[in-house]
Amino acid sequence: MAVTGLVLVLFLVAHMLGNLKIFTGAEDFDHYAHWLRDLGTPLLPYGWYLWLQRGVLLVALAGHIWAATMLALRARSARPVRYAHRKKVQGSYAARTMRWGGVIIALFVIYHILDLTTGHLNPIGDPSRPQANVVADFAPERWYVTLFYTLAVVALGFHLRHGAYSALRSLGQQTPQGERRARSLALLFAVALSVGYLVVPFAVLLGLVR
Amino acid sequence: MDLYTEGNPVTDTRAPDGPIEGRWDSRRFAAKLVNPANRRKLTVIVVGTGLAGGSAAATLAEQGYRVRSYCYQDSPRRAHSIAAQGGINAAKNYRNDGDSVHRLFYDTVKGGDFRSRESNVHRLAEVSVNIIDQCVAQGVPFAREYGGLLDTRSFGGAQVQRTFYARGQTGQQLLLGAYQALERQVGLGNVEMNTRHEMLELIVVDGRARGIVVRDLVTGEITTEFADAVVLASGGYGNVFYLSTNAKGCNVTATWRAHRQGAYFANPCYTQIHPTCIPVSGDHQSKLTLMSESLRNDGRVWVPKTEGDDRDPREIPEDERDYYLERIYPSFGNLVPRDIASRAAKNVCDEGRGVGPTRLGVYLDFADAIQRLGRKSIEAKYGNLFEMYERITGEDPYEVPMRIYPAVHYTMGGLWVDYDLQATIPGLFVIGEANFSDHGANRLGASALMQGLADGYFVLPNTIANYLAAGPFDKLESSHPAAVDARRTVEDRINRLLSVNGDRTVDSFHRELGQIMWEYCGMERSAAGLRKAVDEIRALREEFWQRVRIVGDADGLNQSLEKAGRVADFFELAELMCIDALHREESCGGHFRAEHQSPDGEAQRDDERFAYVAAWEYGTEQPVLHKEDLKFEYVHPTQRSYK
Amino acid sequence: MNLTLRIWRQTGPEDKGRMVTYQVEDVSPDMSFLEMLDVLNERLTLAGEEPVAFDHDCREGICGMCGMMINGNAHGPQRGTTACQLHMRQFADGDTIDIEPWRARAFPVVKDLVVNRNAFDQIIAGGGFVTAPTGSAPEAHAAPVAKADADAAFESAACIGCGACVAACPNGSGMLFTAAKVTQLSLLPQGQPERYTRVIGMVDSHDDAGFGGCTNAGECTVVCPKGIPLHTIGRLNRDYLAATAKHTGRS
Repeated sequence: MAVTGLVLVLFLVAHMLGNLKIFTGAEDFDHYAHWLRDLGTPLLPYGWYLWLQRGVLLVALAGHIWAATMLALRARSARPVRYAHRKKVQGSYAARTMRWGGVIIALFVIYHILDLTTGHLNPIGDPSRPQANVVADFAPERWYVTLFYTLAVVALGFHLRHGAYSALRSLGQQTPQGERRARSLALLFAVALSVGYLVVPFAVLLGLVR
Repeated sequence: MDLYTEGNPVTDTRAPDGPIEGRWDSRRFAAKLVNPANRRKLTVIVVGTGLAGGSAAATLAEQGYRVRSYCYQDSPRRAHSIAAQGGINAAKNYRNDGDSVHRLFYDTVKGGDFRSRESNVHRLAEVSVNIIDQCVAQGVPFAREYGGLLDTRSFGGAQVQRTFYARGQTGQQLLLGAYQALERQVGLGNVEMNTRHEMLELIVVDGRARGIVVRDLVTGEITTEFADAVVLASGGYGNVFYLSTNAKGCNVTATWRAHRQGAYFANPCYTQIHPTCIPVSGDHQSKLTLMSESLRNDGRVWVPKTEGDDRDPREIPEDERDYYLERIYPSFGNLVPRDIASRAAKNVCDEGRGVGPTRLGVYLDFADAIQRLGRKSIEAKYGNLFEMYERITGEDPYEVPMRIYPAVHYTMGGLWVDYDLQATIPGLFVIGEANFSDHGANRLGASALMQGLADGYFVLPNTIANYLAAGPFDKLESSHPAAVDARRTVEDRINRLLSVNGDRTVDSFHRELGQIMWEYCGMERSAAGLRKAVDEIRALREEFWQRVRIVGDADGLNQSLEKAGRVADFFELAELMCIDALHREESCGGHFRAEHQSPDGEAQRDDERFAYVAAWEYGTEQPVLHKEDLKFEYVHPTQRSYK
Repeated sequence: MNLTLRIWRQTGPEDKGRMVTYQVEDVSPDMSFLEMLDVLNERLTLAGEEPVAFDHDCREGICGMCGMMINGNAHGPQRGTTACQLHMRQFADGDTIDIEPWRARAFPVVKDLVVNRNAFDQIIAGGGFVTAPTGSAPEAHAAPVAKADADAAFESAACIGCGACVAACPNGSGMLFTAAKVTQLSLLPQGQPERYTRVIGMVDSHDDAGFGGCTNAGECTVVCPKGIPLHTIGRLNRDYLAATAKHTGRS
């Protein structure tokens, strides 16, 4: 869980940094998108690096989902008879939304790929003009897309907060001070990443990026 | 007297002679050994998994014997040793304050009011140092000083600091150490652990203890189990009083059944009333909660000087308070032994100076200690006890003085054993609180844990070999007449209990029995009262067998049935306790006879007539008294003075 | 106080079980929760109904024998308190209280509120000890232990093995129980030689017993009557990682 999660988190950080290129201009952003495909050439043929990365991500994602499913199945089998009266979980909100949050994020990722990678669900859908695709996506009249995106990113934030905290625990954080540090670190990281992702659609929405 | 007959004296044939320092060594050398290859062929049954039973089972298994262990709880870790709070004594003299094996021996004999065996107590003091080493090696987290060395504190009845502790949970930590050693042996296949099993009868074949009848409390199945020796480590019988600090399940059944099979029961009337318990709050009360004696290190005990003073304790000025322990016993002050502190509390309450809604309480005040040491340091020492007090009473002891009152806590009496801890039935060994051996008429604080572990880790595993060396004994089948008989006794009793189908609950009988015992055989006893008690107990027992109601059957978990069997045995024990108390016409330790007190109200022993152990043999008509004379060569009986 | 109780009744392991409603009157706020159940049981007995079976022993919060879900909370609403130490002043007149047994595959119901917790003993047998046969111990002061370590070890050693952590865990995991013992022994010098075999043995026994996996939900520590901290699980994880890296398999 922690290892696959870590790979995905690394991707999320890179992806966010890439997204933020949108603020340095359309040309830069498009160039970045192109560069991703160009990466590794001439060692690798054009586009191969990206496929490689996608492959790794897919494996990590599959592993992540597989591990989560295993944990969920184990949990289910560990309590065959349910409580008639069950208080909602008293630990953190993030902890109790891990599974649902994960599903929301997965659904979003599918949509996100169909939208901005393949272009099927994008109003422009021109793979050679990624910046325009993004701008068209978050146009004010398409507010529901922005809303869905925001929801997904918030879910991601929660997911990351508990995920990062858990990963630190899995890797052996073991003192009360460590516990406090892990909590703050996880929160900081989750907020930073969520903000990093949210500035793009809102910048478009507010017309800061055209 | 009309209530018992007297038989021949009993002697401890295993007790070695010679200088007391060398007796344990010489006994160990004289005892026969079992070679390691033969140990695998020998089976030992251990009933009970507290400090004594758990440590014995683990140690015997480590030595290579095959062990079968039984407890009525769902796990061996639940045994009531777990609730011991204060600490464990050991003559380590880490404080350099004048302690030694001899001083611990001396204090314990004196604390027991000169009614224990010198040889046994000396052995206890000797092995006390090994116990601490053993427990530390197991990872027991004792309290430590900043330098990383073990901390100790003082306890009642001693002027040296020899009590090792793990906050207020010493018993828990020691028991978990023994439990872990036991589970290790379970994992290795050397111990067969039977939880939720209750021993209901002892099987004696050709004069030897060869097995037990047990009931599986979950399925209700009754089986006969055999071994080459049987060890009883089933604890004390304080629950005969219904309200006590014992766990609800603590019972006398295992030892009482052995008694009925021929094992002598020694000094049943010696019961310890612990001075610092939370007072009773109402009729619903199901048990009493102890506040560790260690609290008396820093708390000061007082009552108002005038009768019926109902003011908030914080508003009663210093000069209107009576710190009666400090006043009457200036050299030991609040740290006098338990029997003395308890009786002093009773006396001030009898004078009408008791506090709280029932007027059966005295204050234990920490205001001075908090001022002197700071709240933080008090919290570190007693935090968990203070929290417990607040949960139960709803009062904050950091602000308002605690209210405490004595309650039944420990029973010094138990099955009679010789120096080898063997009962009068060969092959039956009795250890821990279940035997009578080391505490005389009063146990000092932090000595129960010491004795339980001494017996289980160091004494029994050495002495039992002397007996087992003659084994293995003939293999037995459940069809053996003795086994069939024992089993039938158990089944008949259960059927009889279930068939009464009356109109009173088991608890209502138990509660009533407890009231009789507390009233007449509690902190103060008198001939007239004890005679009355015997009559009342007999009448109540009769009523029990005609009116008790147990719903359900014996084919599965039936907690009322379990309780009923235990209460039935308590009735028989209660009568013997009263007879023992009646026959002992002196006051000593936990046994205080109103007729025998000094002009200033202190216990008055009669060494001329009563310097003996009263070992009772079961008789269908009347019990038979066998006396074991006590000799004091090293600690000469004096009037105990803590003034 | 008058209360309505809805209690899980199950005649035996094979029975399906159901919630049954009872009324209890004249409950004193000074009663403990178990004393309130005693009152109900006395009444049921006199009415010829089987009393409610529940585990309890010391009734002073240390033996770990009692335990039940009270309105969906393990050991009831008061933090840091076992069911036997919970007092009725925590409830109000007219309350309805739901009482259920611990629910976990590793803790099968025996009857009513009584469950079988032998799985915890198996975890300890799997490695929760220091191998120190009687008689082999060195002098107690041979290995000093820093006070901070001794105190931290004690904090974990305070576990009473009641099973509330498992009962409350959304995953039915027994990791807090396991971690408490691992932490106690791995903080002390006496526990070092078996530090890594211990953690593997205990985690294996834990998993074999049918407990769920830990997802750091944190429920366990909230309901733990002894407040065993969650970071003990971190120590277990670290020792486990180190153990799997250093040692291939069990000793």
